[in-house]
Amino acid sequence: MNAGLKPKHQRLVLLIVAVVVLIGAALLAAWALRNQASYFYVPSDMAAAPPEAGQAVRLGGMVKEGSLRTQADGVTIDFVVHDGEAEIPVTFAGILPDLFVEGSGVVAEGALRPDGTFEANHLLAKHDENYVPRELEDMTPHQVRDTLAEAQ
Amino acid sequence: MHGFANPARFLRMARWLTPALLVSGLVLTAASLVYGMFFAPAERLQGETVRILFIHVPTAWLGMGGWTAIAIASFVELVWRHPLAALAARGAAVPGAVFTALCLATGSLWGRPAWGTWWVWDGRLTSMLVLLFLYFGYIALANAVQREGGSSRIPAIFGLVGAVNIPIIHYSVIWWNSLHQPPSITTGGSAMAGPFLWGLLAATLGFGLIFGGVVLARMRALLADVQAEARLRRKALEA
Repeated sequence: MNAGLKPKHQRLVLLIVAVVVLIGAALLAAWALRNQASYFYVPSDMAAAPPEAGQAVRLGGMVKEGSLRTQADGVTIDFVVHDGEAEIPVTFAGILPDLFVEGSGVVAEGALRPDGTFEANHLLAKHDENYVPRELEDMTPHQVRDTLAEAQ
Repeated sequence: MHGFANPARFLRMARWLTPALLVSGLVLTAASLVYGMFFAPAERLQGETVRILFIHVPTAWLGMGGWTAIAIASFVELVWRHPLAALAARGAAVPGAVFTALCLATGSLWGRPAWGTWWVWDGRLTSMLVLLFLYFGYIALANAVQREGGSSRIPAIFGLVGAVNIPIIHYSVIWWNSLHQPPSITTGGSAMAGPFLWGLLAATLGFGLIFGGVVLARMRALLADVQAEARLRRKALEA
């Protein structure tokens, strides 16, 4: 390095270069992982490139309003998971998480059947980033958004 | 900056600042937790379990803030060789690890009712667990260096390299589909209603003051160690 540079400045330059290289390497690694590190597939991923039937995967999305049906046996439920672009029918038999409701997020663990239905063996509820007091629950989504905007 | 690097001046200031930070932090934290426990509203979907937010989120932020402090102090130590920078980094390590562990524990307790599981290996949870292990590694390394007498630049390099994990934790819920929610509070605003938001900010300030007080107390203790060792060495030479 430049012989006229003070050791302190030499160390500063060296360290800044090292930090920039380090952050660059981490960003490249994160970019390479962008698909593999996802916890679940969204319906449009699954519709575009379906995993093999029987392969264990996770499917995440929103439970479509009005799609929830309980079968005659009383424990098997059918519903549709969507992400605004694609829809996947899901079937599940077991205990539902408390927060599992139509219109909210869900992550289903299971596998696709050959007929294109996703057979889940475990359901996880996924809540979003909105925190709204219970007193506001009768409001329409539009009113809630306005109330939140006022709070900012 | 250079003025604070003088250990004598630092000690004079830390002597009254340490109890001031600890007392004000404890009072504010207690007040915000009482608010969160009894006065904050229940959440629309999550109900009463949302109250764990007032511990989980501040400890998560401070767990990440602790390593950011280690990284900055390590940078200062490596470039300017300030005598207090290495002590500041070591002082932040233990409270940082405690807050990270609290974040993981409360998150797990929250995950059971909210998601239906104690733990999943998604991007956010895994990167936060990695942060806890980084803290353990840093503490072990810094203690070994002090005991065995190595260069304090070794833990400083570790502290700087480990900082790569901090943006990964933050962006994990944005880059990758995760079970954990994306951030509620961003530079664009808050998706959290006022009663949650203000309680959360007060609790964060309270926990932050405690964190600062503990760091100062740890630094004073470490400085006393260094001085005692130097005195012993001087005595041994004279004898």
